[in-house]
Amino acid sequence: MSEEAVAENTKEMKKVFDRPESLNDQQFSYCPGCHHGVINRLIAEAIDELGIQDTTVGTAPVGCSVFLYKWFDIDVIQPAHGRVSAVATGAKRARPDLTVFAYQGDGDFASIGTNNSTHAANRGENITTFFINNTLYGMTGGEMAPTTLIGQKTTTTPQGRTAKDYGYPIKMSEMLAELDGPTYITRQAVYDPKRIDKARTAIKKAFRFQMEDEGYSLIEFLSACPINWGMDPVEANERIKKEVEEVYPLGDIIERS
Amino acid sequence: MPRGKIEIDINRCKGCRLCIETCPQDVIAFSDDFNSSGYNYVETENPEDCIGCGFCGKVCPDVAITVYKRQKEGV
Repeated sequence: MSEEAVAENTKEMKKVFDRPESLNDQQFSYCPGCHHGVINRLIAEAIDELGIQDTTVGTAPVGCSVFLYKWFDIDVIQPAHGRVSAVATGAKRARPDLTVFAYQGDGDFASIGTNNSTHAANRGENITTFFINNTLYGMTGGEMAPTTLIGQKTTTTPQGRTAKDYGYPIKMSEMLAELDGPTYITRQAVYDPKRIDKARTAIKKAFRFQMEDEGYSLIEFLSACPINWGMDPVEANERIKKEVEEVYPLGDIIERS
Repeated sequence: MPRGKIEIDINRCKGCRLCIETCPQDVIAFSDDFNSSGYNYVETENPEDCIGCGFCGKVCPDVAITVYKRQKEGV
């Protein structure tokens, strides 16, 4: 079929998928195949669908996603490293009418900012937190993170992580689920369309909990970092299915409302 | 007559191959060319096979794909 004929056919077709309005036209600076892009889009779609673009404030971490303010067509605060949950707490308490989300990587959420994130969860702050776990420090060159799997090679563990020297992968979601504060904690992945749809539902649910004043919700995403894993994007997706999910199982961990 | 159609913004594409792997109809393939950022971008190779499922758009980390689907008559 010629291109003209295809164009002619398009007239009878309906647009079923396009860039969400809450993202602007700037291109992401993420590496090819990085899941941050998918997660950013899902959050923007949820904001569009809930009609809260004008009343949503994001807080961005230090890391690859530090430029959220460049890509989202909403207000975004970029706090000091690790202080995202604390700054989101401040924004929400000052303006309870706004919907506030914290977007954090594993360095920000589970390492330098563990105290901030843990106490925000324990207080049951009425914010929505997105925790992107790619099992290492992506922006700085692929060093070991607390979330790195046993045996995983990184630039600071060239022989692979050992429990004896470096401890075990930290399970933040399970850890925070032990507290009485959080309302909703779930772990999601975005490596195929089915998982992406589930993650999208979880994001909307987490935003709804906040809008209904139900309290703290956390969505952990297992994210691929093909460049620092030394894999192509398709292999990186396979690694999440085969290795990462073994340590960090998917699904809802708690839901109290 | 194709049931769907996709448009790829070639200058957003980073050539990660996720859409090619995900497409159930093998509609998408690598181009022979490079975009303004130096990436080997993807293009539609078999547009007539597209069913408008939207899987490519969902997995694209750079939100570079727009998907159209033919509507059933009377809808």
